[in-house]
Amino acid sequence: MDISPVFFYSFAAVAIAFSGMVVLKKSPIASALSLVIVFFCFGGLYAMLDAHLVAALQILVYAGAIMVLFIFVIMLLNIDAPSLDTMRAGRLGRFMIIALSIGLLSLFIWAFKETTPPASVGAFTPQRIQEAGGNTRVLSELLFSEYILPFELTSVLLLGAIVGAVAIAKRRST
Amino acid sequence: MDTFDWVATAVKILIVLVPLLSVAPVMAWVERRGSALMQNRKGPNRIGPLGLLQSIPDAIKFMGKEDPIPGHVEKFYYVLAPLASLIVPFLTFAVIPFASSMTIDGRVINFQIADLNVGFLFILAVGSLGVYGIIMAGWSSNNKYALLGSLRSSSQMISYELSMGLSVIGIVMAFSTVHLGEIARAQGEVLMTLGPLTIPKWGIFIQPLGFLIFLTTAFAETNRLPFDLPEGESELVAGYHLEYGSMKFALFMMAEYMNMAVASGFIASLYFGGWQMLPGMHSVLDVLGLSGLTFDIVRVAFEALSFLLKLCFFMWFFVWVRWTLPRFRYDQLMDFGWKVLLPLSLANIFITGVMIYYRWY
Amino acid sequence: MLVKHKKSIWYEFYVIDIAKGLFITMRNMLFAPNVTIEYPEVRRNYSDRFRGMHYIKSVNGVENCTACMLCPTVCPAECIHIEAGERPDKEKYPVKFEVDLLRCCFCGMCEEACPKDAIKLSNIYEMSVSQRTVYDKSYLAEQRGNK
Repeated sequence: MDISPVFFYSFAAVAIAFSGMVVLKKSPIASALSLVIVFFCFGGLYAMLDAHLVAALQILVYAGAIMVLFIFVIMLLNIDAPSLDTMRAGRLGRFMIIALSIGLLSLFIWAFKETTPPASVGAFTPQRIQEAGGNTRVLSELLFSEYILPFELTSVLLLGAIVGAVAIAKRRST
Repeated sequence: MDTFDWVATAVKILIVLVPLLSVAPVMAWVERRGSALMQNRKGPNRIGPLGLLQSIPDAIKFMGKEDPIPGHVEKFYYVLAPLASLIVPFLTFAVIPFASSMTIDGRVINFQIADLNVGFLFILAVGSLGVYGIIMAGWSSNNKYALLGSLRSSSQMISYELSMGLSVIGIVMAFSTVHLGEIARAQGEVLMTLGPLTIPKWGIFIQPLGFLIFLTTAFAETNRLPFDLPEGESELVAGYHLEYGSMKFALFMMAEYMNMAVASGFIASLYFGGWQMLPGMHSVLDVLGLSGLTFDIVRVAFEALSFLLKLCFFMWFFVWVRWTLPRFRYDQLMDFGWKVLLPLSLANIFITGVMIYYRWY
Repeated sequence: MLVKHKKSIWYEFYVIDIAKGLFITMRNMLFAPNVTIEYPEVRRNYSDRFRGMHYIKSVNGVENCTACMLCPTVCPAECIHIEAGERPDKEKYPVKFEVDLLRCCFCGMCEEACPKDAIKLSNIYEMSVSQRTVYDKSYLAEQRGNK
């Protein structure tokens, strides 16, 4: 008895429904909370692909840390619906946005219809990963051997961003 | 999955779910009774022996009360908030191993509901969602005290989550796995022998600093005293659950106690050997002289009992600390989290690295 | 002014102090006697001078009160209401004697003012009722104490 399609479709449906809520909700916090639920559904989808590490990181980093900070900032700045109204795009801008979104959507549909999944499977099949000691081990070994330079460069970039943020905050307060 | 797996999973879920649900009433009694005894009072002692059944009328009271939704709240999130905070401990407990494996009919059963190979990352990930229940409650209540409480709690949880994750890294490095079942199994090995004493390779003996950091952050993550600023009844009335009453409030209370249970289970399985039997249990098992399936069942029962005892000790520890320490001031809390715990946990990782390099583990 | 004390390194390392605190609470829990009086079964002993519920002292079934109006005069809360009457033996007596317990402040001045030792405040302190009460003469005439 394979029930994974049930889970897949329910996760997908909830994700799409709440993505809609992110756009349609008036209150910014309600949008942000809907986005959390979307992230959670993505985590579920990753977990169903047996990518437990990615699922855990998705929830830990996106839903658990980044969105909390988002909500934190929204709460502190106290953005409400009327102040957002002044930021509305004009008629031309709105037309452009709608046209671009439709174009992007049709591009995606076209891409999914025209391309076929690759016939050959990459080096990491589920069996290979099991033999090598699970997702986490394989990923961390790759990160700390082959991809050590990009990995460290990314962290330096993040460090730079943090230092920059602190510098800007300090300069404004004096 | 076939019928055998379904039945095994259902049994495991029952074994976990029933105690987890009864944690709140039992702990409410322990908390009231314990605090009373520490303050030279008697506490609830009328209903049942030692007042043990006190929670039943309490529960009836919670259910019987009117359940109003105030007019000024955001209804959807207001109702969702207690559920969101209740789901988290249920989810997290699924990956905590409460006994080792046993073999029935050639099939191996691991006593852990979800045998994920990301183990503790899952707990951290889902545990970090606990803050949403509080944020939603605080924000949707449209009340300044509730909002202040939820702001405090979210900043507190973000700050302490970092140190919590980093302090567990030490354990992960020492046992070189993130799989909770394997961590628990690895703690059965002997660390050293001091005369008649055999010291097992429990997490606390190889990561004492990591244990202290983890314990402290566990208190902060469960919003228990001395880190209960989100509630802070003397300054915020009741904090994030100010606008809640009746069963919705009871759900918050259950979530708090179940979070305590999860944190205790986590501490027990990372630092106190998880289901590894307590000293003396092995000899009892030898004396019984069982074999075959009966032996396996008794062994698993003993392991589950050991885990339960460890868990109960830490649950009691939570209560004990609550009635001993006063609350932190907010700036002290932040200073402590960022300036003390974070550097300490980084130092712990460094020390662990050095020790692994020289093969002291 | 903010005074900064010099603290030793052991003070900054809270763990020891916390352990001490935990030890103290555990000692209290296990060994300290507890001070609770379990009320309905065990009652606190008040002194004889305690001023509780009022009663009118009577000797041989006749109340001592002569309706001299000293107690309503002295009462600071004005809670005593007396209507005087005459008995067949030309003796003055209270036809009505009411004490409004909602107003009474239990100061005991009536007791001190009474020349005939009639109104007394007993040791009874369990006076909660479910409705507003004015104690009338028949209720007050019950002998509730031995003052």
